[in-house]
Amino acid sequence: MSLIGAMESAPVSDEMVVSEMPSRRHVLDLDDFSGTEITAVLDSAKGMAEVLGRDIKKVPALRGRVVVTLFYEASTRTRISFEEAGKVLSADVINMATSGSSVEKGESLLNTALTIQAMGIDTIVIRHPHSGAPYLLARHLDRVGIINAGDGMHAHPTQALLDLFTVREKLGSLKGRKIVIVGDVLHSRVARSNVWGFTKMGAEVVLCGPTTLLPLDLLGSDGGRIPSELASVKMVTDLDRAIEDADVVMALRLQEERQQGGFLPSLREYIRRWQVTETRLQRAKPGALVMHPGPMNEGIEISSSIAHGGSSVIEEQVTNGVAVRMALLYQIANRSS
Amino acid sequence: MPDRVGVSQRQIMNPDDIRRALARVSHEILERNRGARDVVLVGIYTRGVHLAHRLSRNLKEFEGGDVQVAALDINLYRDDLKNRSSPLVRPTTIPESIRGKRVVLVDDVLYTGRTVRAAMDALNDFGRADQIQLAILLDRGHRELPIRPDFVGQNVPTAPDEVVKVSLIETEGVDAVAIIRANTSADCRRKS
Repeated sequence: MSLIGAMESAPVSDEMVVSEMPSRRHVLDLDDFSGTEITAVLDSAKGMAEVLGRDIKKVPALRGRVVVTLFYEASTRTRISFEEAGKVLSADVINMATSGSSVEKGESLLNTALTIQAMGIDTIVIRHPHSGAPYLLARHLDRVGIINAGDGMHAHPTQALLDLFTVREKLGSLKGRKIVIVGDVLHSRVARSNVWGFTKMGAEVVLCGPTTLLPLDLLGSDGGRIPSELASVKMVTDLDRAIEDADVVMALRLQEERQQGGFLPSLREYIRRWQVTETRLQRAKPGALVMHPGPMNEGIEISSSIAHGGSSVIEEQVTNGVAVRMALLYQIANRSS
Repeated sequence: MPDRVGVSQRQIMNPDDIRRALARVSHEILERNRGARDVVLVGIYTRGVHLAHRLSRNLKEFEGGDVQVAALDINLYRDDLKNRSSPLVRPTTIPESIRGKRVVLVDDVLYTGRTVRAAMDALNDFGRADQIQLAILLDRGHRELPIRPDFVGQNVPTAPDEVVKVSLIETEGVDAVAIIRANTSADCRRKS
């Protein structure tokens, strides 16, 4: 690579190679991120967090880039988080909610995305109720970068990255930490991406919940293949045991539909056995963090006092979400087409 | 016959040269600003920050008083972001408002001037400085923008295919400035 015309602040380009983010077109899930790349994203997010602390929250990095948020599912925090992230970086953000759009007329996902690509848009952030929807787009669009904001029950990589960032900021390191994820793990894309993310960073992940809400396919008992990287993930039903010496307890939202779907005998039993409470938290390591992807059902998967207590980093998760999404947009939306 | 591509390196500054240049630059900063009362040294990552700390220590030694040092990451303001992978962004640490202050930007090498242009844009987002001055260790020429330094350690004319390698104790373990060029005239490509 010729140095002519390159910016000259580092006289020798060695430094630039080490401190560059790996080039990537899409962010679909964390299974194809290396630990090094995750670290690069977290480091970059730290720089972005500083921008969010400024008086004038604006930098020109993505000036002239257009980002479309395509949300086929209702969302407040994730969509606004992406919108803010794009705008702070000076990108033009267009929000597309599917009601009031041609989707109501029956336009397919692929046609919608192809139309968006034809308008010269650089990046699509998509949330969709069907697992795999972002992968469909990634296969068929050759000029647009796709960021998965949650697909069905499959993945929510940006949530996992902000969770990793939050833990790293608070505890200093991720390697060897014990992370307990409790609740409706089976239906949770947040849990799945966190399993990948924390495992790749060398943390120990324990999944906990009623047997009916645990992803038993992870045990390989149905003949499925467990990716070798996930072989260390444990699954237990006893929260009081699982939470011993935990560094992080992450509660997942329990949807009321689960009770109707026959997954639980009663909410009361769930609360008694799996709610994250002060008493249970005593068994975790001192200084353990309580996390929740939101929105919370206070009184169900998490007690109100814990949710707003000193161990809770739930609000920080939201703040960090913008910084992490800035880091990703900066990496993805920057590619020249 | 195989083409022999060699690399030749000549050292143009040794540790003493660097120390003396920084000492002179520090005195010039004090002279120009009649002291250092409203001066803030803003170093451009990475070596500019280390140099800014050295200047700050000099200023304190020569005239007493603490001069604030800040670190500036210009990656979000670059004009060539579309042509390269995203460089890692580090937190900029400008401690308080720069309004009414005299900012001295500090960097190791001045070349095309685009880094300094980006740095001035970044500074603008932090407030309105009274003045922005530029201190650099080495000016290698080939400006592409109308940017000029106020304080220069050394002027070294270079060819565009040469690489200027600045080493500092804080980053490479030794203080030195070297110019590296490829030996064959046909090949100007460098490992990136």
